[in-house]
Amino acid sequence: MAKITFITSDSETKVLEANSGNIMELAVQNKVKGIDGNCGGVCSCATCHVHVQPEYWEKAGEPSELEQDMLEFDDNVSEYSRLSCQIKVSDTIDGIVLKVAK
Amino acid sequence: MMKSEFPDPFEKERLEKGFGEMDDQNDPVVMALRHRDVRKCAHDWKTFQSGAKPGRIVIPSEVNIRDIRQIPFEVDPPLHGDYRALVEQWFKRPLEETYVTELKKIVKTAFDESLEKGLVEVIREFSLVIQSRALTLLLNVPFSEAQTWISWGTHVFRSEETALDADKANILYDYIDQQIETSINSPGKDFYSILLASEVNGKKLTKEEVKGIIILTFAGGRDTVINAISNTIAYFAEHPKSLEKLRKEPTLINFAVEEFIRYFSPLTHMGRVVTKDAHVCEHAVKADTRISLNWASANRDAKVFENPNEVVLDRKINPHVAFGFGTHNCLGATHARQLMKVLIQTLLEKVQRISIVKCKENIETLGELKRKVGFDSLYVNFK
Repeated sequence: MAKITFITSDSETKVLEANSGNIMELAVQNKVKGIDGNCGGVCSCATCHVHVQPEYWEKAGEPSELEQDMLEFDDNVSEYSRLSCQIKVSDTIDGIVLKVAK
Repeated sequence: MMKSEFPDPFEKERLEKGFGEMDDQNDPVVMALRHRDVRKCAHDWKTFQSGAKPGRIVIPSEVNIRDIRQIPFEVDPPLHGDYRALVEQWFKRPLEETYVTELKKIVKTAFDESLEKGLVEVIREFSLVIQSRALTLLLNVPFSEAQTWISWGTHVFRSEETALDADKANILYDYIDQQIETSINSPGKDFYSILLASEVNGKKLTKEEVKGIIILTFAGGRDTVINAISNTIAYFAEHPKSLEKLRKEPTLINFAVEEFIRYFSPLTHMGRVVTKDAHVCEHAVKADTRISLNWASANRDAKVFENPNEVVLDRKINPHVAFGFGTHNCLGATHARQLMKVLIQTLLEKVQRISIVKCKENIETLGELKRKVGFDSLYVNFK
């Protein structure tokens, strides 16, 4: 079971637990504000953009080349940007803190 | 060639030059063709603006048939964001359960009617009907309004003879004026009333602004939705195994929706007006000329998509730009995606076999190039 903390753009904190699927699905199921996941997780819509808190960056891992491409021209991109549909839920990311992008 | 095959006419120019050129009513267009360039230009709204003369970023240009600005579509940031924030929630209603239930009823009825008839002309008797009835949900207006919209035919701005028809556009504009007056006199929960009661930056929306938002809602989701539905029907007619696959693995439906939207790219491209001398893929473009972001070409870019010219139903990573990219991405995408999902689910439930009887392709001309975007008519048998 992995514990995942979301901080929304209005600074609300939501802590969720899961053991399968991806972060976007978890956020959508639990109505985390700002994560829409419009394309269902195929890396097309960028509505699941999160900023990984720097200390957890290694847990989340680097985005793939295609994911990086989609983020490259996003208005709110940072060096800790990820599309949360591309982060799998597993024990590896237990404790991770994610800031929902605007 | 199979009838449900949609060739990519841009490949050669995309690979060799990265841009294409076409004329449109003496206001030429340089088309960005590569996935990265399309995204880059879409992102750079300061250099490639939407807030130009109303109608100019549309191709074919509508400057000669309308003065009214479509909102938020033809507005640049930061004002764009204010309008967008105002309507964003409304356009997310397709995610609500009650909306989906109503949408299912609409699609089920269309299939039931078609199965009863057997032989159906898909564009007018099926897709246009679904598109119009579904739009009553998006606008939250009485179901009966759909009949009026169906009577207008498939194109809001086009007629059989010409690509741009001012008389036809006026039918829509007059209709919207009338609806706005009705909502002023007796406000309800329809989109017109909601907009009339809304404020942007502390000022109530004017009738012109409301009209601009409503026109966008009508125009943006008409040909595009009709083509997406019709092309999907044609695909399944020629790929019965895909129907089987989705029946066995319904969790793939979401991937299939995205893949159809990528492959069909119902909107070929969208224009922008250049605000200062700039470059598109190293090609110089001058201030006050036009470029376009060619979504259809970007969606076949082999640098991004493996086997780009194949429909891969379970394509897992699919960063297509069929709904645009960046600030101006499609406002109606949530509605369109939900509709496509319900369409496929219902098709799987109700239809055993579809066979194409005859069809006439709808071909767009883009300078020297021609692109098949859908069908003018598509006769099929539903069983």
